[in-house]
Amino acid sequence: MSTSTYLAQAQKNLKEQPWSLYAGQLGVLIRNEVGRNLFSRRRLWVYFLAFIPVVFLLIRNIVSRGQFDAAYLQDQTEALAILIQLYYLRIGIFFACMGIFTWLIRGEVVQRTLHYQFLAPVRREVLVIGKFLAGCIVSIVLFEIAVLGSFYLFYSRYGAAGRSYMFDGPGLGQLGSYLLVTALACIGYGAVFLALSLLFKNPIVPGAILLGWEAISPIFPSWAQHLSVTFYLKHLCPTTLANTGFMALFTVVPEPVSPFVSIFGLCCLALAVLVLSCFLIRRLEIMYTAE
Amino acid sequence: MTENRQIVFNNVSKFYGEVLGVNRVSFSLDPGITSLVGPNGSGKTTLMNLLTGLIKPTQGTVHVFGLTPNDPVHFYRLVGYCTQFDSFPPGVTGYNFIYWPLRLHGFPAEQAAKLTAEALDRAGMAQVAKRKIAGYSKGMRQRIRLAQAIAHRPSVLVLDEPLNGLDPMARAESIALFEALAKQGMHVIISSHILEEVDRISDRVVLMSSGYVVAEGQIREVRKEVREHPMQVLVRCSNAARLASAAFELDHVVEAKILTDGQSVLVRTRDVEQFYLLLNKIVSTGVVEIDTVAPADDDVNSIYQYLIGSDGSPT
Repeated sequence: MSTSTYLAQAQKNLKEQPWSLYAGQLGVLIRNEVGRNLFSRRRLWVYFLAFIPVVFLLIRNIVSRGQFDAAYLQDQTEALAILIQLYYLRIGIFFACMGIFTWLIRGEVVQRTLHYQFLAPVRREVLVIGKFLAGCIVSIVLFEIAVLGSFYLFYSRYGAAGRSYMFDGPGLGQLGSYLLVTALACIGYGAVFLALSLLFKNPIVPGAILLGWEAISPIFPSWAQHLSVTFYLKHLCPTTLANTGFMALFTVVPEPVSPFVSIFGLCCLALAVLVLSCFLIRRLEIMYTAE
Repeated sequence: MTENRQIVFNNVSKFYGEVLGVNRVSFSLDPGITSLVGPNGSGKTTLMNLLTGLIKPTQGTVHVFGLTPNDPVHFYRLVGYCTQFDSFPPGVTGYNFIYWPLRLHGFPAEQAAKLTAEALDRAGMAQVAKRKIAGYSKGMRQRIRLAQAIAHRPSVLVLDEPLNGLDPMARAESIALFEALAKQGMHVIISSHILEEVDRISDRVVLMSSGYVVAEGQIREVRKEVREHPMQVLVRCSNAARLASAAFELDHVVEAKILTDGQSVLVRTRDVEQFYLLLNKIVSTGVVEIDTVAPADDDVNSIYQYLIGSDGSPT
């Protein structure tokens, strides 16, 4: 088949797809999955991961009441950067995405309910995308609220100086960057964990390997670093952390990349992994007894 | 070539690693009730999973009305499958268990609600639909799965052990439902261990053993194919001794036994058509009056025994 014939066939196939049906199915899948993941006792530990720093900050603010010296605002900015870049990006979002996204399909295999979805007139690719989007909504909503809460609690106790920092200074820009980084982290880790759950029966071990890879990838060649989610996120963080000693492993930015390339690169990485997931789910068979 | 309105298995094999699921299965099914019969591990569920696309054949093809599961949007509108898996999404109510899959089919909310109510009604589950399935009895769980399988009005209904866990009343209602669906022109494919009930409702059987289809077709036709076991015919008449004596004169009759009531003869013959001719002759002479003639072993149970054996291995 010539290239032009192939492209013409591909265009014809695309036109024949019932896109409105797919959109409706995505809506139903997202609604059900969000409900199942966001309002479930099974997901309490994800709330814990997201909001435990917020709770600590709240307790700190209550215990040490009164206004604080504006001279310490810069220290707060660094403390917030450590919280978001080291806790949320490396631990909180990582493990929450591991729990949410690996459970989207593997969980249904464990509960022996995946066949209900496979027996519906839904393309398996639509199923994967629907579940992925639902996982993204759940993780992004929880962690964006947590980041917003952390921001508020960090700066609110400085009164007028804090408000000035937020609305007249660099505060809003930093908040926007962290919200973007949080969303991208959820998308990037989510896509990777969804694919791992389709590749492995028990995605915990590969998840642990991924955690190690995300930590040590800066010591690898440039091309290999592009296969790491944190590689792209680091470039979007508004505050650079001290990169000395052991901490350098987590904070060093070895090869400067523009924000556009970072965002585009991470989206491409997530898309590539999602395409892999679509390929894997087409081959998935219902054999619960073998699981 | 695959014909419309037919389910066609074409040289289908399925291996789980080195373990045989089914091997070289080829047959086609017309509308009506088809029963898959065979001992545990014979490949019935594998065949059903292949038919519904939950597993893929290692070799061969399965077509339902010319479609394959590779076209899920059209394929799964035709097929409903009530599996043996007694598991449900956590926290789901009976109503939502049926309603949301209908929304995935693309039905608008109002129509989905209507179809849900209809399916619940047909399965006798309307009263408990708002309760969570986790609180259902085994029979209720079986029926809610059946309701989900029929809710989108499929043309092919596949039922894996659908009578398991049902009380006699629910069992009778389910069988009546299967018969009604088959009369509407639907394919109803049932696997069951309850041979008496299978025998009563089936238009044809597929007998399986160790992954192979041992026999397939209408029950009487399959029975005729089993030539090494003479067919049994029970004749109730006015003069059993005379009839037995006449039957013995035929070469193909291997046994003629007068039963304890003194008015019935159980004849075992290798050529049932010739035996029926003899009966016609006897009736025409007026020496013996025939009350009833009934085949005694052209049921699924007998065929199962003859072909598969009581221990589940092919004979």
